[in-house]
Amino acid sequence: MTFTIPIENGDAVKIAEAESQRTLYPYVTGTSIVAIKYKDGVLMASDMGGSYGSTLRYKNIERMKAIGKHSLLGASGEISDFQEILRYLDELTLNDNMWDDGNSLGPKEIHNYLTRVMYNRRNKFNPLWNTLVLGGVKNGKSYLGMVSMIGVSFEDDHVATGFGNHLARPILRDEWHADLSFEDGVKLLEKCMRVLLYRDRSAINKLQIAKITEEGVTVSQPYSLKTFWEYSSFHNPTASAEGSW
Amino acid sequence: MFRNQYDTDVTTWSPTGRLFQVEYAMEAVKQGSAAIGLRSRSHVVLACVNKAQSELSSHQRKIFKVDDHIGVAIAGLTADGRVLSRYMRSESINHSFTYESPLPVGRLVVHLADKAQVCTQRSWKRPYGVGLLVGGLDESGAHLYYNCPSGNYFEYQAFAIGSRSQAAKTYLERRFESFGDSSREDLIKDAILAVRETLQGETLKSSLCTVAILGVDEPFHFLDQEAIQKVIDTFEKVPEEEEGEDEAEAGAAQPAEQGGAGAGDVAPMEM
Repeated sequence: MTFTIPIENGDAVKIAEAESQRTLYPYVTGTSIVAIKYKDGVLMASDMGGSYGSTLRYKNIERMKAIGKHSLLGASGEISDFQEILRYLDELTLNDNMWDDGNSLGPKEIHNYLTRVMYNRRNKFNPLWNTLVLGGVKNGKSYLGMVSMIGVSFEDDHVATGFGNHLARPILRDEWHADLSFEDGVKLLEKCMRVLLYRDRSAINKLQIAKITEEGVTVSQPYSLKTFWEYSSFHNPTASAEGSW
Repeated sequence: MFRNQYDTDVTTWSPTGRLFQVEYAMEAVKQGSAAIGLRSRSHVVLACVNKAQSELSSHQRKIFKVDDHIGVAIAGLTADGRVLSRYMRSESINHSFTYESPLPVGRLVVHLADKAQVCTQRSWKRPYGVGLLVGGLDESGAHLYYNCPSGNYFEYQAFAIGSRSQAAKTYLERRFESFGDSSREDLIKDAILAVRETLQGETLKSSLCTVAILGVDEPFHFLDQEAIQKVIDTFEKVPEEEEGEDEAEAGAAQPAEQGGAGAGDVAPMEM
């Protein structure tokens, strides 16, 4: 749809055409999210970094947020789009609360709503550039699902986004089992996050772990993982490759 | 209610604060054939009397499935009822599509009531001339609501609307306190007994009524003729010849059949 707006600018009158706008590439991005189901609900981990291309520009971004009473949303990808999604969900949960009728949107409903939003945006060639992880507990049942920017959506016992799919999921496939305790779950997530920290260039060593159970959501204070750099090959990195640095 | 100078327009108030057009619309509900609803903690039963225009025609469909977990029985202008049922089905399926979750019946009736209210406040519209008994499931269990042409809605343990519904209401008033803990079978029996009250003397036959049920582990569906007749047989003391005739009718009428069966009686159309 085009229409002309004459704009006076000194001598010249510019005619502006309204072009269709669409997302072409992301600017400020978050890296992986890793999440698992455990005994009492769902555990989710993310770091607090916002990269501007290859620059690690923002180091205090919370990429996991509570939604309503029963859900937790984590996002990787464009941070501004994540904020937009939070606004949509805010409106959704507000209207849900206003009914005040004993019914409430659970994680399954929110996941499906997000799938519809993401898929419809993709169809308009104007995607929200995120991969979202939605976890929650309602009426004793745990739920963990994922939606990508093209609207691919599914549920699983453990999910990850971005690099997490390549580095964390293999660990989870081997070591995840049903009814993990909270401590074991956190240990497992930390193992995944440590690998990501070593190998993902856009990861930073400042992470949060969020837990959602029947009682509600708690997001931990940010903390760092211990890393070890004293491997012998790090001492003399070019020993096996003459001429390299 | 007599004709007066304030009843031409739905947007005209009377000096005593009444909207006569809305009240006249509610009269239309009272003219339709009876519809009855009752609920327990886990089930809702809807029943109605099958009224046909003439002996030649089939009876009007008055109970509609809105979704697996919601059903509606109507009384009044059935055309209006059909349109509103379509609206309810639309709302329900849109919600299911977006949220992959059943629409709570409490929210559906509010949408319905708001839609009815609009027609009471536009000079170029008229109120819907149909009363709806909406039964359905929520997170909090089974519910029964009555939606009025005025745009009001109320929740009920049991209710009856349409012509001669007062007789059914009297019966229900005596028994409603026990409905909450009723078994599924007792609830069906009470519904059919309430229908019998509205017939006032006419012999109750399964071809005269339609019964539908939904519950916590039971999607909405109609009961077939045989099932209804079985319940009727448990309390109806009928002379031998008539009973034989009824059973033949019940046997001949297949659940999905539309054609007439037996002497002059038409089998209701099943969904």
